[in-house]
Amino acid sequence: MFDEYLARRYRTTTRPKKEHYLVKDSAAIVGIGATEFSKDSGRSELQMVCEAVKAAVDDAGLQMEEIDGFVRFEMDYTDEMHICSSLGIPKLTYFAECGWGGGASCSTIVHAAAAIAAGVAECIVCYRGMNEASGRRYGRIPGTPSIMTAPRDHFGSILPFGHCTPPGWVAMFASRYLHEFDATAEDLAWVSVVCREHANRNPNAIFYDRPLTVQECVEARMIIEPLRLYDCCVDTDGAVAIIVASAEKAKKLKQKPAYIVGATQGNATEGELMTSYYRPVISGLPEAWYTGQELWRVTGAIPSDVNVAQFYDAFSPLIPMQLEEYGFCDRGKGMDFCRGGDRIRLGGELPCNTSGSHLSEAYLHGMNLIAEAVRQIRGTSTAQVKNAELSLVTGGLGIPTSAILLRN
Amino acid sequence: MSVEYNADQKIPHPAMWGVLYKSSTPFWDGVKEKRVMLQRCKSCGYWLNPPRPMCPKCRSQESEWVAAKGTGKIYSWVTFNESPHSAFKTPYEAVLVELDEGPRIVSNVVGINSDELEIGMPVEVTFEDVAEDLTLPKFKKVG
Repeated sequence: MFDEYLARRYRTTTRPKKEHYLVKDSAAIVGIGATEFSKDSGRSELQMVCEAVKAAVDDAGLQMEEIDGFVRFEMDYTDEMHICSSLGIPKLTYFAECGWGGGASCSTIVHAAAAIAAGVAECIVCYRGMNEASGRRYGRIPGTPSIMTAPRDHFGSILPFGHCTPPGWVAMFASRYLHEFDATAEDLAWVSVVCREHANRNPNAIFYDRPLTVQECVEARMIIEPLRLYDCCVDTDGAVAIIVASAEKAKKLKQKPAYIVGATQGNATEGELMTSYYRPVISGLPEAWYTGQELWRVTGAIPSDVNVAQFYDAFSPLIPMQLEEYGFCDRGKGMDFCRGGDRIRLGGELPCNTSGSHLSEAYLHGMNLIAEAVRQIRGTSTAQVKNAELSLVTGGLGIPTSAILLRN
Repeated sequence: MSVEYNADQKIPHPAMWGVLYKSSTPFWDGVKEKRVMLQRCKSCGYWLNPPRPMCPKCRSQESEWVAAKGTGKIYSWVTFNESPHSAFKTPYEAVLVELDEGPRIVSNVVGINSDELEIGMPVEVTFEDVAEDLTLPKFKKVG
């Protein structure tokens, strides 16, 4: 298996048979809800999460009493017990939590869909609430307590050198990626510009009324070289809730169901939390590659079938890197795919991050990306792709990750 | 450049993260004696980097610690213009050095300006006492 990993071969003979994959089409996303996205919510995470769940329940046309499951982020400061106590949800039969920061986003859907396919619950809330702008910022050392105090020897080998926090960690990958594929800050800027174009159509986006040019991107202040201001996501206060229900139940509800064709997770060997610098090659994201290989295997879809994609974009280089890892282009060609923006903007061959995503809508650890993928299936996005049939979402990078494929 | 510190702030100490997992203790013991120690599988010779309790390649639990020559090349680098931690004055660089033996380690540079820093640049280790109880292996230009 070790050599197989190094050679990046995906052996399917050791995988469960495709026919045994019970998740496919057994569940659907039936409700989405969110608070406003802001720089200072002025209220607790618990309050925001309750508001988002209520909004999602109303959106779905459910009764609060019908909720029987919750999936939370391991990093979230709220929990299902207190949420249920506030919302008056009488009982739960399923609850789980997902690790790895933003890598958990689509993992929550994996858990929910699998529980539904197994008959453990019928109507499950997946959520994330964070005061990441006004509270504990991830770009500052005290901002990430659960990561920073974890008893991981490896942090003792990097933090004494001031190599702290996610932007620094990703910048190290990005620096190597840009070097190996001879890409420039201007190439990278197109990613941020296209996300901003999409945000400029989305009144809920933090950067709705702020256009952005390539020139502004390359002249913006350097945060951690090679990442400039607009290469980094927008710190946000807010909450998002997503409701997954059985396909059978989904048919009777208010909204057009976004059926879950596939929901997969991936881990790769020799990993370290956002600092997997010790693999033979660090200009790729093998976790994303595994997640993608498995997604295409269980769904039977191929990248060119996808009509619209929401790639996890805590930092701009992650979009070209994922285009490669999920198979939308060859290795080293992600930057070519993004340059000029025509292929990734609305109307292009693969419209990406149509709400403005983390770079320009809000940074809600991937959950706002799932909500946007659902709107694309419903036909209600502010940057709607005509007749979108297959909608892809991916989870956080540099960590064990996850992805989902939705259909109408 | 070299990293400059705010004297009244505590630099993160490796022991903070070693409370439960002790696998990198020989590395830090080596640093005190001005050596870069690396862990290698005794059975198949694969580098265990960062240190691990087992070899991921052959699953042997037998490993040995060997001193690296201390020379290598810059594999990747970043410059922190915004300090994530109060102990570090900005700007400063963090580098990923690929040692000649193969393993890579995160470190800082000493006396190299960021405009001359580049991937592939040959470097060698130097040891800096950054606090009373902390010495760090850093890298300078060869020669």
